[in-house]
Amino acid sequence: MEKFIRITGLVAPLDRANVDTDAIIPKQYLKSINKSGFGVNLFDAWRYLDNGEPGVNLNSRPINPEFILNKQEYFGSTILIARDNFGCGSSREHAPWALVDYGFRVVIAPSFADIFYNNSLKNGLLPVALSSQIVDSIFKEIAATPGYSLTVDLDGKFVETGSRERYSFEIDAFRRDCLLKGLDDIGITLGYSDEIKEFEMKQKLEQPWLYQ
Amino acid sequence: MTGKTLYEKLWDSHVVRTESDQTALLYIDRHLVHEVTSPQAFEGLRLAGRKPWRTSSIVATADHNTPTSDWAKGIIDPISRLQVETLDANISVFGARAYYPFRDSRQGIVHVIGPENGATLPGMTVVCGDSHTSTHGAFACLAVGIGTSEVEHVLATQCLLQKKAKTFLIRVNGNLKSNISAKDVILNIIGHIGTAAGTGYAIEFSGSVIGQLSMEGRMTICNMAIEAGARSGIIAVDDKTIDYLEGRPMSPIGDQWELAKASWRKLHSDESAVFDKVIDINGEAITPQVTWGTSPQMVSSIAGSTPDPSLEKNPILKESLDNALAYMGLEPNTRIIDIPLDKVFIGSCTNSRIEDLREAAKVVTGRQVAKSIKHAMVVPGSGLVKKQAELEGLDQIFQDAGFDWREPGCSMCLAMNDDKLQSGERCASTSNRNFEGRQGSGGRTHLVSPAMAAAAAIAGHFVDVRDDYFQ
Ligand code: SF4
Repeated sequence: MEKFIRITGLVAPLDRANVDTDAIIPKQYLKSINKSGFGVNLFDAWRYLDNGEPGVNLNSRPINPEFILNKQEYFGSTILIARDNFGCGSSREHAPWALVDYGFRVVIAPSFADIFYNNSLKNGLLPVALSSQIVDSIFKEIAATPGYSLTVDLDGKFVETGSRERYSFEIDAFRRDCLLKGLDDIGITLGYSDEIKEFEMKQKLEQPWLYQ
Repeated sequence: MTGKTLYEKLWDSHVVRTESDQTALLYIDRHLVHEVTSPQAFEGLRLAGRKPWRTSSIVATADHNTPTSDWAKGIIDPISRLQVETLDANISVFGARAYYPFRDSRQGIVHVIGPENGATLPGMTVVCGDSHTSTHGAFACLAVGIGTSEVEHVLATQCLLQKKAKTFLIRVNGNLKSNISAKDVILNIIGHIGTAAGTGYAIEFSGSVIGQLSMEGRMTICNMAIEAGARSGIIAVDDKTIDYLEGRPMSPIGDQWELAKASWRKLHSDESAVFDKVIDINGEAITPQVTWGTSPQMVSSIAGSTPDPSLEKNPILKESLDNALAYMGLEPNTRIIDIPLDKVFIGSCTNSRIEDLREAAKVVTGRQVAKSIKHAMVVPGSGLVKKQAELEGLDQIFQDAGFDWREPGCSMCLAMNDDKLQSGERCASTSNRNFEGRQGSGGRTHLVSPAMAAAAAIAGHFVDVRDDYFQ
């Protein structure tokens, strides 16, 4: 996993609540057996005006000029901001894969669905939960400030605005550590193999039917 | 001393170790696998030169991509076929306790086949790369949906890294009125609490109504816990749980069965347990529910109407109502019973079990699907459900009425195969998600119970299944 320590980047405002994982990456792209290449279909149904299908030449597809990511001022943004309950719905990890493949490293929202939150952290995408009021004020600042950017510092657990306003955010220490160091958590867990085996021996004695 | 909640009992009995920030390594007893969220996980194992920790925990099936008609032709879409064949290959290389591949007599939706084969047993931790894994909580399992990295983590280590959730008790009291189903109960709950109320919580459902529901109904409730934001929904063990499991292929037998039963009986929250949040729902007041919008919380009683956004003071909420009505092609203040339909879908892991099909068939018997309905389909949840329904003659009832009787699978619940809505088409669906495009790009989904879907198919629009005509 790529390390995440601190980034400063352009912010794209997606002014919607309940952005679900079907909207982030529609189901027809889930047929892929790979982890990469989903970025071009990120928010497919909002980004293009036709119905997307895997394998279709992207250059031939009509673009929705109204959609935020199709506006030139947000090209190259690395931070996405949205409203409540971001990432609800299906557990598809293709959602963070698509966001990362597109170039996002941070999503800011007042709240995130649990599975999406976890999936993001495993892919070097940092979900940052800030209060509704703060998110709202950032939306307003973006509207008033062309080229609005933010700094997100995982080490210091804060978001800093252009006007040097700092908002701190919470993240589990273990998760933060994995992200800061780019650690593979399977490797860490396998380091506890003896404890896992011990657990199994005990459980097998008490509930042998679980091992049939 | 305060007692433990069911969630805490399940949690405590599976913790292998806990980090200083309380992230726990949780041992996983059952790993359900399907074709969509597993290929990259198996590939990850392979690339790292790792092996699955315990293949006897794995039960797999192909369900999302598989066609529901013309099985003899196989899977025509080459991309879907590759995904299903990749699962075949991964299971044959790595192994599993059971695999029900495409066209197997026990193949079906992963959340239907788990319980029906006794692969889901009380007290287990159950994971699957699928958010509706919450379904299995109906058997007092700690069942959570996980992402593909976590699938790989469980394959490699038999463990999942988890933070303990907060606990949320939802008591559904009283008795349901006749013709009200589990689906109405859960839609009503989500309408009350909203789709994010359960975020960070494990929801336990209890109360007299839950006790009265069959296991099928309880699965419908837990299935949609995720639509209330909770990664898991759980229900305590009672006689119905045990009766349901007796004699299933993977249920314990003989002495083991007796031993298991005794330990399962303890799987309930203690009297003195304390929950972080508790709400009470009056079961008597629940009416048939229909969603009108693009989130499961946008739900109304059949007697109600679509909302009027101009009455909403909060601008963000107003905009979301406006967006939802626009997407759904509905005007404010439209009576639910005046909404005409193009298609009807009875199926999905929420409502495709035998009891669901019986309820729908009861409404349909001796009646005809309205001429204005372009397609009404019934997709059984599994090969076993299909077989049972055919034994009872339900297939004939549906077909006589003009329904299409299909092969099992996820089908138009998420439209990854050919079963989908065209843009602008409106569907009464027994599935669990009415998100934009869920059943096909531009498609409009209204979530309802099987009986309400069946009644809507007959009427051509939504209608109260309690009306004299259907009784
Ligand atoms: S039936 Fe629908 S919700 Fe259930 S597992 Fe299949 S796609 Fe997911």
